[in-house]
Amino acid sequence: MAIYIVRRLIAGFFVVLGASFIVYILVANAGDPLTSSYGITDPVARAQRISSLTASLNLDVNPVFRYFLWLKGVAGCFVGQCDFGYSITTNQPVTGDLAGRILITLKLVLAATILAVMIGIAIGIITALRQYSGFDYTITFFTFLFFSLPLFFVAVLLKEFVAIQFNDFITKGAHIPWWFIWTAALVVGLTVYSLTRGQLNRRLLFGGGAAVLVGGILYYMSVTQWLLDPGLGPIVIAILGLGIAIGITELTAGVRNKKALRTALTTAAVGLVLWYPLQFVFYQGMTIWILLGLLVLAIAVGIGIGYLWGGDDPGVSARTGAITALLMSAVIFLDRTMQAWGPYTANEAIRGRPIKTIGDSQAGLDGDFWIQTVDVFTHLLLPTLALILISLASYTRYTRASMLEVLNQDYIRTARAKGLTERTVVMRHAFRNAMIPLATIVAFDIGGLLGGAVITETVFQWDAMGRLFQSGLVNNDPNPVMAFFLVVAIVAVLFNILADLLYAALDPRIRVGSL
Amino acid sequence: MTAPGAPDLQHVAGGTAVPEPPDVPNRADETSFEQKETVGLSQAQIVRRRFFRHRGAMISLIVLIFVLLLSVTSIGIGPIKGWWQWTPYDRPVPQNPRGEPTLSLPFFGGTGFAIGDHPMGQDETGRDLFAAIMRGVQNTMVVIIILALLSTTLGVVIGAVSGYFGGWWDAALMRFTDTIIIIPVILIAAVAGYAIGASGVLPVAIVLGLFLWTGLARLVRAEFLALREREFVDAARVAGASSRRIIFKHILPNSVGVVVVNTTLLMGAGILIEVGLSFLGFGIRPPDISLGSLISQYTGALTTRPWLFIWPGVFIIIIVLCIQFIGDGLRDAFDPRQKRIPKQKDLKEAVSSPSEATP
Repeated sequence: MAIYIVRRLIAGFFVVLGASFIVYILVANAGDPLTSSYGITDPVARAQRISSLTASLNLDVNPVFRYFLWLKGVAGCFVGQCDFGYSITTNQPVTGDLAGRILITLKLVLAATILAVMIGIAIGIITALRQYSGFDYTITFFTFLFFSLPLFFVAVLLKEFVAIQFNDFITKGAHIPWWFIWTAALVVGLTVYSLTRGQLNRRLLFGGGAAVLVGGILYYMSVTQWLLDPGLGPIVIAILGLGIAIGITELTAGVRNKKALRTALTTAAVGLVLWYPLQFVFYQGMTIWILLGLLVLAIAVGIGIGYLWGGDDPGVSARTGAITALLMSAVIFLDRTMQAWGPYTANEAIRGRPIKTIGDSQAGLDGDFWIQTVDVFTHLLLPTLALILISLASYTRYTRASMLEVLNQDYIRTARAKGLTERTVVMRHAFRNAMIPLATIVAFDIGGLLGGAVITETVFQWDAMGRLFQSGLVNNDPNPVMAFFLVVAIVAVLFNILADLLYAALDPRIRVGSL
Repeated sequence: MTAPGAPDLQHVAGGTAVPEPPDVPNRADETSFEQKETVGLSQAQIVRRRFFRHRGAMISLIVLIFVLLLSVTSIGIGPIKGWWQWTPYDRPVPQNPRGEPTLSLPFFGGTGFAIGDHPMGQDETGRDLFAAIMRGVQNTMVVIIILALLSTTLGVVIGAVSGYFGGWWDAALMRFTDTIIIIPVILIAAVAGYAIGASGVLPVAIVLGLFLWTGLARLVRAEFLALREREFVDAARVAGASSRRIIFKHILPNSVGVVVVNTTLLMGAGILIEVGLSFLGFGIRPPDISLGSLISQYTGALTTRPWLFIWPGVFIIIIVLCIQFIGDGLRDAFDPRQKRIPKQKDLKEAVSSPSEATP
């Protein structure tokens, strides 16, 4: 195993080295860095600029040798002195803000990828379980449709029809139009109807009930102008907590497992009780670290409650408690963030138009932690939406195909034959095995995340990794392009190796040494 | 692979909450139903029949052929003139104010059905958008066909050699593939555009084709690794067949499914890559017209002249969507594990014995 990893790392090192050489030569031939300097009218200034650029970029050296000069600077990273060279557009060392740029890009793509993976897997499983149903065909059509959209096309449409329209809607008092309420109720009703199994009246009852529920909630939101100053409050949190507790128990252990059900309900109740005191904690100087600490604490409490209830299989109860605690924390966090929405919209820098179409943060916005959190969300909303729509298709299709293949295996029939519940068959036997190929695909995709953000950053005008690359190419500025390439290539190669190791770890039939 | 699993599939389709014991008579019915459809047919015939039965793929194929014929006949190819009155290079005087589309449909804000002289509108210079889009469709098709030919050839040869010979060849070719995979396509397009002035249709197509074969090479290699251990390959080798003959006559036909499906999907992805390159300012640029160059040229026009942005987008979506569905149909058709679940109605008609009725 160790020998295999070392061998892969060495191979990866040489692949990056070879590719960086090719890319360096390509970039050296992609444009003359002195192009903009030729336009300087004053001959003295022009000669000065040209000679200073030639000296700092070593332009008098042949590109092949120049590569080794560049490599020497980069190799300094091993001793803590990175030198990616100067950027001629900013006249600064590229190394300076590289880490900050990587973080901004991660902020942009990470949320979208995690959400797309989770939603995609959920939809994929449901379409696999309802293969060739109306729901399956509809979802297939829409995921294919979203996949066929060019990213910037979606982005431009979202900016125009979601952001600007929503901001107008907020300014006009947040009265939800009737056509929206009817459409939403109809869509939800039809979805629930087609997913329910059983007699016609049962399906009609469930579908109709869901439609009435959604329509009612939307009507209430419209009448109370809820979107102007949203919030959940203890009653809604209690209802949500009950739903989460029962839903999670049904997925992890089945509601017949009384110990797990009690664990989930206790955890939800603890969350509800803590909601009020937590408001004071949230009011004092919050930071992202305190928030993460509270989250870890909540999960630990959930696990603890699970072990306290114990039972034959305390592990299952602990897992149920942990997931319930995670979701309850998310609900409480959401509630507090919603409370900051009103002040955020009223803030002088926002002027009542909260959804942002460009940039990664609002300049000149002062406010506490929660205002800043809302600001991050309003800027992330459109890029995340666009990225999710586009990448949903592949995860849905992969999950569906993988799930169908597993469901056709003999051991699934055996599991059903020995009388296990459908929940156990799907969640324990089928789902876990279907996720093995998917884990490698996700690892592979995360490796390509940094490099895939070029178009997203350009269209939403985020100044991060992709922008570094694109403006470097346009302005014939070689060093930023090389820095982008090196970071992206190393991450991609590392995650490639990780994907292979993950596959071997999850599937005992794969022996790593024999690869 | 036909008999096992058939009742399970039915459970899946029915989604019954209560597990049922395997129903032996029912399984026999389904198996015979499945076998009756394929008896006496060659592999190619089975694949063809399955593909033709895939409704989404067939509709997509018809739509795609219609779009292609429309683009070729309307403005013609090269010197041959088509039936449409404008070419992408004419600059007629705008007919409506600001060149709004003359297309009018009832229920879509129009008073009656009318196509008019400029159904999709004109841009600020008066260019007929329909003619420009048709030229864009032609050029985009040229790009993806060249891209498909080049990348399939490269991917198959590299993957086949790597998987069949193994050892040193495999290591060298796969490290080469890894190297190509991590070089960004945008960079290649930018270098090609600057160094050899490649902003036309052919150069961009060739550059994309030379760098997008990596995924296929890996898949073909995996297929070859599995197939070269099979008995029929040993038999061919014992009979004295050369390596070239074994690769091209014995193994490659068995992996044709993987190649065809992935080439199709690559063509769809190729269009989106070309569009993305145009948006970033690389790839095909005016005066050469592609769907990507049109839509990125008119990105800023969404608020003032929305039709300029929407119509090219609609054609991109139609073409990529059709290719996706065709690829999906091909995948189903080539997959030997793929079974059509007979409808309860068909089953009842096919067998005289009453079969279990699940709602």
